[in-house]
Amino acid sequence: MNGRERILARIREALRVPAPRPGSHGHGHHDVPAPSPQAGRIPLRPVQQARAWLPPGGDTPEEQLGRFAAASADLKTDFHLLADEAAARAKLSGIASAEGWKQIATHRAALTDAVVPSLGIPSRNTDGGYDPEDLERCDAGITTCDVLVAQTGTLVVNSRTTGGRALSVLPPHHVVLARRDQLVGDLTDAFQRIRELHGEGWPSMISLVTGPSRTGDIERILVLGAHGPKKLTVLMW
Amino acid sequence: MSTAAARFLDAAGSITRNLRHRGLIQTALRKYESARDRRKAAFHDWESARQAAAETKWEAINHLDEHLVSFADKLESRGTKVHWCGNGIEARDLIRTIIRDAGAKCVVKSKAMTAEEIHLNEALEKDGFEVVESDLGEFIVQLRKEPPYHIVFPAMHLTRDEISDLFEKELGSAPTREPEELTMIARRALRRKYVTADVGITGANFAIAETGMVSITENEGNARLTAALPRTMITLLGIEKVLPRMEDLALFLPMLATAGAGQAITGYNTLYSGPRQPGESDGPTEWHVVLLDNRRTELLADPEQRDALHCIRCGACLNVCPIFKNVGGHTYGTTYSGPVGSVITPHLRGLQDWKHLSGSSSLCGACTEACPVRIDLHHHLLQNRRNAASEKPSTLERLTWRLHAFLMNSPSLYHLAKECGRVFEPLRKATEGTVLDPVRSWTTTRTLPPVAPVSFKEWWRERR
Repeated sequence: MNGRERILARIREALRVPAPRPGSHGHGHHDVPAPSPQAGRIPLRPVQQARAWLPPGGDTPEEQLGRFAAASADLKTDFHLLADEAAARAKLSGIASAEGWKQIATHRAALTDAVVPSLGIPSRNTDGGYDPEDLERCDAGITTCDVLVAQTGTLVVNSRTTGGRALSVLPPHHVVLARRDQLVGDLTDAFQRIRELHGEGWPSMISLVTGPSRTGDIERILVLGAHGPKKLTVLMW
Repeated sequence: MSTAAARFLDAAGSITRNLRHRGLIQTALRKYESARDRRKAAFHDWESARQAAAETKWEAINHLDEHLVSFADKLESRGTKVHWCGNGIEARDLIRTIIRDAGAKCVVKSKAMTAEEIHLNEALEKDGFEVVESDLGEFIVQLRKEPPYHIVFPAMHLTRDEISDLFEKELGSAPTREPEELTMIARRALRRKYVTADVGITGANFAIAETGMVSITENEGNARLTAALPRTMITLLGIEKVLPRMEDLALFLPMLATAGAGQAITGYNTLYSGPRQPGESDGPTEWHVVLLDNRRTELLADPEQRDALHCIRCGACLNVCPIFKNVGGHTYGTTYSGPVGSVITPHLRGLQDWKHLSGSSSLCGACTEACPVRIDLHHHLLQNRRNAASEKPSTLERLTWRLHAFLMNSPSLYHLAKECGRVFEPLRKATEGTVLDPVRSWTTTRTLPPVAPVSFKEWWRERR
C-alpha cells in the first residue's frame, strides 16, 4: 500500500463514527437555523447565500464604484477613475515622470498596448519568459486584471493573461489598467467571473491582490512594501 | 510530573511576573481587537457566517477522503506531483530528496506552520542547505533562533529596538527606531534570495477539492515571490486544509482575515493549480504538493473532537485567551499555542505528556466565542482532562476524593474535622506559603480563606 492508500484508509476508518453537527454543542446562537438533518451530509449552501452574511459590495455600479474607492483609500491603493483612454495615458505619464521611471515591464493585452507605448519609456514584455534580474530592476510593472471587487478593494491577476506570476509583485510599483465593466460587487461575483474566464483551463496562478504589499510584524505598525510593491495604482476608465 | 508540564509551569511562573512582556502583548492585542471589531461590524451577519463556515468545514472534514482524492487527482492532471506523508520523518525525508534532486543550495521559504510542526528548517540546515524565512516576522525569529511566538504574528513579543539590535548584529545594518526602515532592511536582505534561490517552500491555507487548487494567504507578497521565481516549488500542508469549492473562499477569506488580523481581506490570496503551464511566462517547472497526516487521522477518529480539524489557523482564540495573554506563546513549548494548541497538541504529541495544557485554561469560553468556524474549544479542553484522567487515574487524587466523600457522609467525622480545622487554624496561618505548607503550590500565589470561628450550624442554632 502506498502513502496515498495508507492515509485514505486511515481516514475512512476514522470516519466510520459520525461526528455531531456544528452548533449542536449547546452554546450556539439560537437565531441561527440548525442544518437540515440528512444522513451523513450537510448539503453545501448555495454560494450566493454568502451575500446575506458578508460585508456588502453595493447593488448598483455607482455604489460599487463608491465602495471600491473607499476600500482603496483605506488600503492606500492609489485609485483613479478616468474619463477615457487618453486620460489614462496622461495620468500614467504623469506618474512616470513624477517617479522618474527609467525602465518598466508589462505584458501584451489590449489595455496595455493602448497605454504603455505612449510613455516612451524602455519597456520589456514578460510574455514568453524574462530574466528575473531584469524584472527586479524595473521601476514599475504594468498589468491588466481579470476582475475588481468593490466589497474589499481587491483586484485579480493571473499567470496566463496578466503577465505571469512575478510581474505584479516583483517591481516596486504595480500599476493596474482596468475597464469599468470589470468591477463587480463582491467576492461571490468575482469567483463567478473567474470561473467564466478560466473555468475551461485554469492558469497555474490566480491571485487576489488587495492593496500594496504590507506588514505589521513590527509592533503591529503598518508598513507598506514588505516584499511586494510599495505602491499599487489602479487606473480605471 | 512530566518534563513538558514542568517546563510549562516554570516558564509560566516567570513570564507572568514579567510586566514588560505583558505590556507588549496587551498593546499588540488592543490594536488587533479594535481592528477586528470594526471588521466584524461590517458583516451583515457574523454569527450566521460562522455557522455557515462551520458547516462547510464539517462537510469537508467528514468526507475528507472524497475531497482529498478530488484535490490530488485534479492537481496531478495538471502536472503537479502530490505526495502523501504519514508523519514528519517521511515528509522531511521526501522534501530533502526533492531539494537534493533539484541540485539546490539555497531554499527560500514562506510561512508554514506545518513546517514548524515537522521541524523542517533544522533538518534541512543539518544537511547543509541554506533556508531563508521570507515572512518578516519569521525572518526575525529565525535570526533569533527562536520558534514563532504566535501562529499569525511570529515576532509579536519583540520591540523595534530589539529588532534593530538584532539586525545590527546579524545583518550589519545601522540602528533605527523606524519600523519602516527595519522592514526595508529585511526587504533588501531577502530580495537577492528570491532571484537566486533554487527551491521555494510554502505552506497553504486552503486546499480546494473541486478544482484542485492550493490557496495561500499572506500580506507581504513573500509567498507570491517564493512561488514565482525558484524553479522548484514545494507546498507542505496538513490534510485538514480542505474546502469543497473555490466559491467557499468568498466566505472563508474574509472570515480568516477578520478573525485573524482585523482585515477585511488579507493582502494576497493566491490560488495555485499547477506548475508553470504551456504559454505562461514564469513559475516553477516542478511543483510538489506534500500532504501531511502526522496524527491528524487520530484526531479525526475522535468524533467528539473532530471539529478541532476545522481550524483555519487564524489565531483568534490565542488573541482572546486570558492564559495566552499572560503566559505568551513560547511558554506552551508547542507548535500550535493558545486554546487550539492546547486542544490538538495532546492528540498530535501524546495525551499524558501534554495533558497539563488542558488545565491551562480558565474555561471562560472566550476562545469558543472567537472561533470563526465555531470549534467547541473549551469543552474539548474539559474532554481532554476527562480522557487523561480516565486513561491514567491518579491514585492520590482518587484517595483524596474517597476520603472527602467518607468525611462528608459522616456527621460526626465532619464535625471532628471542622473542630480540628479551627484548632489548627493559627498554625496553618503561620505556615502558609512556607515549606511546611502542604498546599504550598496553591498558597504561593493565592490566599486560602480562613476557617470561620463559628460554623453556620452553630450560628443558626444561636439565633433560632
